[in-house]
Amino acid sequence: MGAVKARVLVRPKAGILDPQGAAVARALPALGFEGVSEVRVGRLIELEVADPARLPEMCERLLANPLIEDYEVLVERDGG
Amino acid sequence: MKFGVISFPGSCDDVDARQACARVGEAVALWHADHDLAGVDVVVIPGGFSYGDYLRAGAIARFAPIMTEVIEFAREGGYVMGICNGFQVCCEAGLLPGALLTNIERRFVCRQVTLELVNASTPFTAALAPGARLSIPVKHTTGRYYAPPAMLAALHDAGQVVLRYAPGQNPNGSLDDIAGVINERGNVFGLMPHPEHAVDALTGSSDGLALFSSLVAAGAPA
Amino acid sequence: MTAAATAGVQRAIALGLTAGEYELIVARLGREPSEVELAMFSLLWSEHCSYKHSKPLLRTLPTDGPRLVLGPGENAGAVDVGGGLSVAFKVESHNHPSAVEPFQGAATGVGGILRDIFAVGARPIAILDSLRFGEPTSERSRYLLERSVAGIGHYGNSIGVPTVGGELYFEAPYEQNCLINAMCVGLIETSRLIRSAASGAGNLLVLFGAATGRDGIGGASVLASAELGEGDAAKRPSVQIGDPFAEKKLMECSLDLLERGLLVALQDLGAAGLTSAACEMASKGAVGIDIDVARVPLREADMEPFEIMVSESQERMLCVIEPAALDAVVAVCEHWETAVATIGEVTDGGLVRVFDAGRLVGEMPVSALVDDCPVYELDPQPPAQPLYPPPVRAIASEDPGEALLALLRCPNLADRRPLFEQYDSIVQSRTVRRPGQADAAVLALPERDGCIPGIAIAIDGNGRRVAADPYRGTIEAVLECAANLACVGAEPLGLTNCLNFGNPEKPHVAWQLCESVRGLGDACRALSIPVVGGNVSLYNEGADGPIYPTPVVGLVGELPDVSRAGRLGFAAEGDRIALVGDFAPDIRGSELARLGGTELPRALAEIDIAAVAATQRAIRDAVRSGALASAHDIAEGGLATALAECCLAGGLGAEVVLAETVKPLRALFGEAPGGFIVTGGDGELRALAEHIELHIVGSVSGNRLTIVAGEARIELSLELMREAHGSLAALFA
Repeated sequence: MGAVKARVLVRPKAGILDPQGAAVARALPALGFEGVSEVRVGRLIELEVADPARLPEMCERLLANPLIEDYEVLVERDGG
Repeated sequence: MKFGVISFPGSCDDVDARQACARVGEAVALWHADHDLAGVDVVVIPGGFSYGDYLRAGAIARFAPIMTEVIEFAREGGYVMGICNGFQVCCEAGLLPGALLTNIERRFVCRQVTLELVNASTPFTAALAPGARLSIPVKHTTGRYYAPPAMLAALHDAGQVVLRYAPGQNPNGSLDDIAGVINERGNVFGLMPHPEHAVDALTGSSDGLALFSSLVAAGAPA
Repeated sequence: MTAAATAGVQRAIALGLTAGEYELIVARLGREPSEVELAMFSLLWSEHCSYKHSKPLLRTLPTDGPRLVLGPGENAGAVDVGGGLSVAFKVESHNHPSAVEPFQGAATGVGGILRDIFAVGARPIAILDSLRFGEPTSERSRYLLERSVAGIGHYGNSIGVPTVGGELYFEAPYEQNCLINAMCVGLIETSRLIRSAASGAGNLLVLFGAATGRDGIGGASVLASAELGEGDAAKRPSVQIGDPFAEKKLMECSLDLLERGLLVALQDLGAAGLTSAACEMASKGAVGIDIDVARVPLREADMEPFEIMVSESQERMLCVIEPAALDAVVAVCEHWETAVATIGEVTDGGLVRVFDAGRLVGEMPVSALVDDCPVYELDPQPPAQPLYPPPVRAIASEDPGEALLALLRCPNLADRRPLFEQYDSIVQSRTVRRPGQADAAVLALPERDGCIPGIAIAIDGNGRRVAADPYRGTIEAVLECAANLACVGAEPLGLTNCLNFGNPEKPHVAWQLCESVRGLGDACRALSIPVVGGNVSLYNEGADGPIYPTPVVGLVGELPDVSRAGRLGFAAEGDRIALVGDFAPDIRGSELARLGGTELPRALAEIDIAAVAATQRAIRDAVRSGALASAHDIAEGGLATALAECCLAGGLGAEVVLAETVKPLRALFGEAPGGFIVTGGDGELRALAEHIELHIVGSVSGNRLTIVAGEARIELSLELMREAHGSLAALFA
């Protein structure tokens, strides 16, 4: 079986203060970009896996901290 | 009392912690890749940047080989003290409730702060009087304590909040000014301030020594 | 000239060599150089590696002293601090990379100087940094400041070495050329100091640490190669990215290897990477080396041999070991999770030979690379007219109270707490005086004879006053640094320096450099302080002209009892305040004059170095005896600013009356070397007055600072002063 490309997006959970997001939200208008709100900064992990079914488990155990983060798994399908 | 201080790749305050422990008992170094706790009475997980703080602070150290033994040791009632990065490791490993997030100011802060003792009945704080004020330095980027509302309420009710920053002294935005917590059973203690850097008036304050000497007075757990 | 030769000259020039230098290379080799050879020459004969414009000048500096154990020429200098211990230290610049990418530039600057220290076998125990930017009204300067401080903190904090001091200045001439100078101090048992000279034909050349990529290629000014214009993204120069976690492991690994006696020689890889490291080791040992680039662990595919030889990938060390030690070395590296590879060997014959999987791609005499670079005589000429425009006027009021607040508020004098709180200043448990507590950092050494001795460290530079008068301005910089050590009770043992100047091929810059080095040498000789090593950064100039000539000096000193280390803040109500020294303040060239928009003076006042040195000795002895409650030297902003700083640091006010009545502004804000503010009991101060010039001028009391000088009167609350003094916080918001 060939390796499958996957991306994991890790985001701070709603309700958790995200000072990095706040800083970005402040910085954009200062550069002339108006109408920006609700900025949240997270993390992207790209990997190639033999068994994509195990990705959620990888997220639960290591890639994300479920107490404070949500994660989203995106698996590249053939031709994608 | 025999203290074992773990060294992970990237630990910085391990030597300092050993020196502090050696003032009140015997202190040995424990290696992250070993499976041997050398018969210690207290495991200290020190400050620093284990594994570069990569992914999340403490996230990778939490799976180091020796952590298998540490978790087992804690399950059996052994004393574990997590300082700064060690606190982060404990939270990641589920030994302590909650998590440490990036400081509100998003910057590293190294500052002497005043702490208030909330719970003087723990093995780590028994040598101190309730409400005691301690001058101890903090130095971290990721020290903002967080627990979801229900968990937070439960911590307060169960007396698991051990130390808080005195009014106006909170350096990182921790909820309810929480600086250190203990687990339900009372044998695992985590704190963001560095007591090992407050054991000698020559280099600052000696208020932190009591957090090590309390354990000696408490004796090895049954 | 043949077509091939012409092409060769063009390639050489594209790499930063001159046509004349190229001719010398051809003559020395007896043929045209190969691609690998030309790349290696272009780097080792660059200003940064060869010091070709500064070597003759640097030779005039005093480099000997009774406590010297390692002088200039090694990775770092070192002085004996007693008890079988030595302290190694050095300062280096990382100016150009930081202007490009300030976070990584500053971070890798720290990484580089750390490696220089553990390359001699010393464990790094302190970092200090000297930063200079354009005015903070410039968005770019604010950005450079914020990012470089973050970078220094990131690297130093992560690796567990405390940043214990530094300095920060904002002046317009640094707008296009910021200065980032990083100093590191390390501790070692004297008997364990290791040198970098390779020796023993048949010994192995071993590279350990991070994998090699294309970092920094083209980053060094000389490698603006035409080849990079081909649109090949893979060959684009990459900014050097520092990894303090990798360096932490590398450092522990290096120190462990040394502890076990496994190394014949050790060298760190810095500017010019493998080329410089290998050639320096061979040159010092008068041996040759063979390197096979195919054996270098790479992190990018398809790297050319010349790229491998010039890469500036970070966190790598090179060592020479006996073949029998290889297994043990590999085991130690594995323990510390550090990659290791044998990449060559030491030979007889004095040649450096570069192979690519066994195929010879370069062969040069080591001496051609390291010794035969031409040295250029400077053509110094004093500037015909002022080089620098007058500063922008920042204050209008002549009221002394307003002037003091303006000084406390100005970015050059405001509280540096928002900056130094981003640094871990306490890891390793040696710090007895943290930033802001005294005029110098103080670190404890191991206890001996029932006492805890210590070292004091300070870094001080000067741009504006050196621009006014390169000779005297440089002397002032050395005296300022020594005064800072005196205030904590320390005697200087050795000096490291970083000379930051413009283009030395221009006669007025050459003049600045010559005069400055003359001043540096004279000051060191007068104070009996040897220069243990340092760094030169030239070509700091932009379209607007050169930077201020900026010598930055770092001093390490010793004190016998750290429990007596001096503090700068007023200590107790009732303590008497005294002005010490033959202080002859001058408004010209002062910070107040700068705020007033006054142009630089044409010269600075003459300095009686011997008198200043005597005052420093007296202060030092008084601090050591415990007679003084506080000691602070008078520097920028003059006497009034120094008093305010003492009030703010101690949280106590003061009432002071100065004798000077004729020119109060000069008495309050004039600057000159040799003045100190001390406090103590009446009896102690009067006893001190018998040895040196000392005038009791007031007492510590209340919560306001009141200074009377003739008609002039300043009365400011601590609160008001603190508010002004806190102005830097806005730059880090």
